Amino acid sequence: MAEFKEISPDASMGAKLHNWFDNRFPTMFDAYRKHMSEYYAPKNFNFWYFFGSLALLVLVIQIVTGIFLTMNYKPDAETAFASVEFIMREVPGGWFIRYMHSTGASAFFIVVYLHMFRGLLYGSYRKPRELVWIFGCIIFLALMAEAFMGYLLPWGQMSYWGAQVIVNLFSAVPFIGPDLALLIRGDYVVGDATLNRFFSFHVIAVPLVLVGLVVAHLLALHDVGSNNPDGVEIKEGPKGNRWSPDAPADGIPFHPYYTVHDIVGIGVFLMIYFAVVFFAPELGGYFIEYNNFIPADPLVTPAHIAPVWYFTAFYSMLRATTDPMVTALVVIIALAAVLNFFSRRSLASKIGVAVAAIIGVFLLKTFDAKFWGVVVMGGAVVILFFLPWLDRSPVKSIRYRPGWHKVVYGLFVVCFILLMILGAASPGPLFNKSSLEWLTNERVAMVLTLGYLAFFLLMPWWSQLGTPKPEPDRITFKKH
Amino acid sequence: MNDNTAGRAFTPAPIDGSKRAWLITTSVAGAAGTVALAAPFAVSFAPSEKARAAGAPVEVDISDLGEGQKMTVAWRGKPVWILRRNERMLETLPKTDALVADPDSKRTAFPIPDYAKNEWRAREDRKDILVLIGICTHLGCSPTDKFKPGPQPSLPDNWLGGWFCACHGSTFDFSGRVFKDKPAPDNLQVPRYMFISENKLWIGKDEDGEGDVV
Repeated sequence: MAEFKEISPDASMGAKLHNWFDNRFPTMFDAYRKHMSEYYAPKNFNFWYFFGSLALLVLVIQIVTGIFLTMNYKPDAETAFASVEFIMREVPGGWFIRYMHSTGASAFFIVVYLHMFRGLLYGSYRKPRELVWIFGCIIFLALMAEAFMGYLLPWGQMSYWGAQVIVNLFSAVPFIGPDLALLIRGDYVVGDATLNRFFSFHVIAVPLVLVGLVVAHLLALHDVGSNNPDGVEIKEGPKGNRWSPDAPADGIPFHPYYTVHDIVGIGVFLMIYFAVVFFAPELGGYFIEYNNFIPADPLVTPAHIAPVWYFTAFYSMLRATTDPMVTALVVIIALAAVLNFFSRRSLASKIGVAVAAIIGVFLLKTFDAKFWGVVVMGGAVVILFFLPWLDRSPVKSIRYRPGWHKVVYGLFVVCFILLMILGAASPGPLFNKSSLEWLTNERVAMVLTLGYLAFFLLMPWWSQLGTPKPEPDRITFKKH
Repeated sequence: MNDNTAGRAFTPAPIDGSKRAWLITTSVAGAAGTVALAAPFAVSFAPSEKARAAGAPVEVDISDLGEGQKMTVAWRGKPVWILRRNERMLETLPKTDALVADPDSKRTAFPIPDYAKNEWRAREDRKDILVLIGICTHLGCSPTDKFKPGPQPSLPDNWLGGWFCACHGSTFDFSGRVFKDKPAPDNLQVPRYMFISENKLWIGKDEDGEGDVV
């Protein structure tokens, strides 16, 4: 135990109170120093660095509004839809709390997508921040589960059929699939049992996991230190700043410098967020789909069903994976195995690759395209976990990558955004013209899906190509 | 890190083999107990007895169903379609044989009764009456009626009529057979059904039994 600190009886009330707590719960003060006043973050953070703290803000908004919604919501197939309308019409201010929650869900994904893109731009997932990135990817997965299960609760048509489709994804798993789907639903169709268990997961199980993961994400981050737009380590630079002789010279205390900085971002964010909450809570059917104002009807699927915007890119990949896509994958695998024979690798590795390719082709052709659709969709998320090891570029930040790398990243962003748009659109021909009938949503999505996967799978190759620009020894920073 | 330990080298006590053995035994027994404890929680995810019992067959009266008309009834919470096909609809079936993925319903992922394993996917003596579970075999949406032939949005120009699943674009002919190269791997499922009289039938029950076809 640390020494008991005595304080002069003439000290101020505040100092005495501080001393009283410091003797009994020093952890509190240590944590404050470690994570706030003595956490030295690089001083060159730019616009992209707002989104981490914004994600934390949205998490708090979702938890608080969620607690209040739970006070009036009824997780029962008979009364759920009506209880949401009750919140909207009868509970004083209920509409405000609910629209904050529904807008918060979309805001969460906007902020998280931008936060992840920042990581991609500046190589924030690279050594030694692999675990920070992986915790982040698990947070993203948990967030997807949280959003999906929350979307069932209003028990509208899109809630119902969205859940029906996603739960059926699991039934595509060979052998155990149908039983797995049954265990998730708790009934032969999505019903009261499903609604109840999703409610339980949405309000307690997943949020607990989410909060735990956010803590792990932040602790791991504070252990290794923040990356920055230049991708050079401030801990490897000179030591000593205005606050401490041992701290990195290019670091500034998180509090007050970045807390104040983030308040600007929070101010701008809240303006946009509340503009949506007050003036366009459905945001043209993208934040709350119009069909969800119709109570769930297990006998009729709405004419056009698409998930909420934040899932559409992955949904588009699922929809694009039909037999032609499987054939395309078989051809690609076969070509890769053949090309490998002309490489300078050892014969054993060539044979190994060929055997793996044959097994891959066999599996692709054995199981249904439906299963591979699920694999592609899941794989598109899971592949993010491997990013730290896929990127072989000698520099971290996009700033010092060869110029054409920006084009590659640009194409990736275009692929992702187009997949989002296609996932929200109806399947079938994109244009109402018979000469363009061949240009279907699925075919375009297929090409874009291959583009998305190629960006990651070929990264070990393309990220090494080209000559990077010289990295500076210290971060670049202009005084203002 | 108290002062009284300073200057004294810490020597770990020698491992006591019998203590270690009991520690491991206790840990293993405890782990087994924890796994056993998880079992009742895991099985609570399975459908309740009430949900299991709700699978009884339903009786349907189709006397009001005109030629070319479809009705929907609920069986086990799923939509079951009954379509009284007219001549035009039945005539499309030989034409779609070459276009559908599994013309004779040979696949077994969604088992159907033997009397439905043919082009018209219905009982031979009542070819006009088609009974289908209106749930897409892809991911469980309920497809929409597209009975009108000819070019129309989202459908090919040589469309003869059938169903279209708006979720992922699978199309089905007037026997509920899925067209080739669509996300759905299987034809729409035909449940057990049998006629009680000219215009009355059981859904979910036939001469061979009740419930799912196995």
